[in-house]
Amino acid sequence: MVPTSSLNEVLRASCQSSTQAAPGSHAWRLSLLLFVILGASRGRHDQAPWQNVGSSPVHPCETVTTDHPHPFRRSDVRARTSTRRVCIRALPCATFAIVTRRSPEPHRGRGGVFLNIYARMRIRRLLPEASRVRPSGVIESLEMELSGGEVLIEALKEEGVEFIFGYPGGAVLHIYDALYEQNSVKHILVRHEQGATHAADGYARATGKPGVVLVTSGPGATNAVTGIATAFMDSIPMVVLSGQVQSRFIGSDAFQEVDCVGITRPCVKHNFLVDCLENFATTLKKAFHVATTGRPGPVVVDIPKDFTTPGVTTPFMYPKKITMRSYTPPVQGHPGQIRKAVDLILSAKRPMIYSGGGVVLGNAAKQLIEFTEHLGYPITQTLMGLGAFPASNQQNLGMLGMHGTVEANMGMHECDVLIAIGARFDDRVTGETSSFCPNAKIVHVDVDPASISKTVTVDVPIVGNVEQVLEAMISLLKETDRRPDQEALAAWWKHLNGLRDTKCLAYDTSPDLIKPQAVVEALHRVTDGDAYVTSDVGQHQMWAAQYYGFDKPRRWINSGGLGTMGFGLPAAIGVQLAFPDEIVACITGEASIQMCIQELSTCLQYDLPVKVICLNNRYMGMVRQWQEFSYEKRYSHSYMDALPDFVKLTESYGHVGMRIEDPADVDGALKEAFGMRNRLVFMDFQTDQSENVYPMIEAGKGHHEMRLNPARELA
Amino acid sequence: MRHVISVLIENESGALSRVAGLFSARGYNIESLTVAPTHDPTLSRMTITTRGTERVVEQIIKQLNKLVDIVRLTDLTEVQFIEREIMLVKVRAVEAGREEVKRLTDIFRGHILDVTDNSYVVELTGDDHKLCAFLDAVNRDNVIEVVRSGATGIARGDKALRV
Repeated sequence: MVPTSSLNEVLRASCQSSTQAAPGSHAWRLSLLLFVILGASRGRHDQAPWQNVGSSPVHPCETVTTDHPHPFRRSDVRARTSTRRVCIRALPCATFAIVTRRSPEPHRGRGGVFLNIYARMRIRRLLPEASRVRPSGVIESLEMELSGGEVLIEALKEEGVEFIFGYPGGAVLHIYDALYEQNSVKHILVRHEQGATHAADGYARATGKPGVVLVTSGPGATNAVTGIATAFMDSIPMVVLSGQVQSRFIGSDAFQEVDCVGITRPCVKHNFLVDCLENFATTLKKAFHVATTGRPGPVVVDIPKDFTTPGVTTPFMYPKKITMRSYTPPVQGHPGQIRKAVDLILSAKRPMIYSGGGVVLGNAAKQLIEFTEHLGYPITQTLMGLGAFPASNQQNLGMLGMHGTVEANMGMHECDVLIAIGARFDDRVTGETSSFCPNAKIVHVDVDPASISKTVTVDVPIVGNVEQVLEAMISLLKETDRRPDQEALAAWWKHLNGLRDTKCLAYDTSPDLIKPQAVVEALHRVTDGDAYVTSDVGQHQMWAAQYYGFDKPRRWINSGGLGTMGFGLPAAIGVQLAFPDEIVACITGEASIQMCIQELSTCLQYDLPVKVICLNNRYMGMVRQWQEFSYEKRYSHSYMDALPDFVKLTESYGHVGMRIEDPADVDGALKEAFGMRNRLVFMDFQTDQSENVYPMIEAGKGHHEMRLNPARELA
Repeated sequence: MRHVISVLIENESGALSRVAGLFSARGYNIESLTVAPTHDPTLSRMTITTRGTERVVEQIIKQLNKLVDIVRLTDLTEVQFIEREIMLVKVRAVEAGREEVKRLTDIFRGHILDVTDNSYVVELTGDDHKLCAFLDAVNRDNVIEVVRSGATGIARGDKALRV
């Protein structure tokens, strides 16, 4: 037994020595102060001087600061409530507590704590299983006692989170205090919570890792909803941590209270309200698990403020794996269905592969290329699927749907076997479903059973991970002696190549007006087609999709399902942070950019050299185009008057602004801008106001009823 | 067509709102919904009756399955099943009508739970058809108030919905 008096001595020495080192100094961080308490049982800790630490309601701010030398008092222990306590429950009747200075150094390693030799000696003496203390001083499998804020940080570290995009506020102040004390997870301060969610979303789309967001309660949460819904519609893995008022105030209309779980319920894959501190770590593990597996999606974790109070601690153990009886996403496609699909695929005379965002999300681009090249079949992609199959490959017919190419849409209309891979038959793709692929038998591979036969009834459904299903199909195709009917395939290709001669993407050029399509093509030249391109929503988005020509997956970052204006710039922040050495371009319009333009300030704070390509036609172009076609040119509120001077605006944010008005200057300006590797450059291209996106399938029409660019003959 | 869907769901706050929210958000029809904890207190059993074409019901089942809180579910209408609902009905009962209501209650194998000078409270269990038939038999004009639990159902034989 260690007498209480000697413990007090140790403690006093610890406190005094800790006050001699300046906060933040190396010595301060490394000074590992500890004491070991041997108690008869955990329940008898009440005699120990540190016992009150855990349950103390005293906030550290209210007590003495540690850089002030002072004799040891009870309150000083409270003052150090932010220190980390480690409990070892190795002996049946004993509990050891080691108090260490909170140290963000990575050498502490996973679940372990770096101890000095003195501590090791003491522990060796007291612990029969001393082998658990490694010579390096790392004790393994220890349960740490952490506050909610610290639990969150440790969980993020365990999940390998690099960045957390957020904005502080009352309900998350404790968490922000915990963030302040560490540097493993980098916090990116945005200017609006919508920006935080889009930035995390962009990060997730480019890397495949979950994006993490931290917002406060009330308006913080409601501002985040647009970004959460954006991620939901495009199945992007994201974990959104929102503060909530103290649990005892929930339901009382407290300041900045909103039912975040209720508000986000229809636009998340799942959400949690943390019910107690003890379950916090498990809830976080579940959140990451649900967000990243199966069909990915955003998960919201609503955290009442009282569960993050410094000093109120819980034993911390982050589960390595988690199983949820109510959540078992499918992984393997059914072998019988796969065989049936392969039979159908090989019997095709006019086959068509239609791939979507699921191939990108499922990291199955390699398999898709092998599958398509092995068969020699034509392929088209959805807006979300661009890049999964190289645009430069001759088998690629380009994008399909409302603004798809003639060859892709007519190919869909005339095919006899349609192979849908990771696509969900969205209304922008199918057009009028009654005339969708009228003669085709349909194979559909998707990880989400609910996507199958939702809008279009399919013949051979396969529920499973796209990568695995494609691999299984490829190996079956390689095993079998059957080959596709080469004669029929040649005739089919001849027909499709004839459709390519329509040159549906040709446009009229002009010596006086900058054509938006030409800017995108010039961007492709200047960046060698290798940039990460984010976009907002509208005409510029369609031109980017049609004319950039993506050869790699995860390079095309846009809001496809929800169509969120304001997505592009913050998404570019997330991409640039993930890939600081890559070129990131944001193609936008003068209307979209103004929905999240405040994030230019974030770009300056974190030195993000994003290149903004603004196709400025002084109209909400896509709205104007619909009004031209369907409302007899009654341009109701689609003209944007009183636009800011974007050059000056950009400069006032501390970046470089350019205005380009002459078509002859387009290439030069882009080269100059992309030459400035370390600066954000905002390029305001004054483009042709009357330009429309072609081809176009109007509402209620089928794939074979496209409206083509009348000027393409002139091109 | 009418479908009875039986659901095992985590007994957690907010789980019911996920189901209700799904039906309203996707425009599915919900005829009745009953829910209560099972012998395993971590699980609730929910019975949903809904109407729709085969395609809509297929989507309802798939979308319900997608909810993370739902552990297991089955469409009872695909198997032989028993459906029961409880109804409490307050009926005007005066003069000759008193005897008539008592007789009808016996015929329908119900119980009279409360008696006043002017009314009876009748308890009745059965499926939807039986409960409606009783209301018609006592003459709907005599009905003062009706409360119905909504349908509950269980499959016949060895088939069971459990974890």
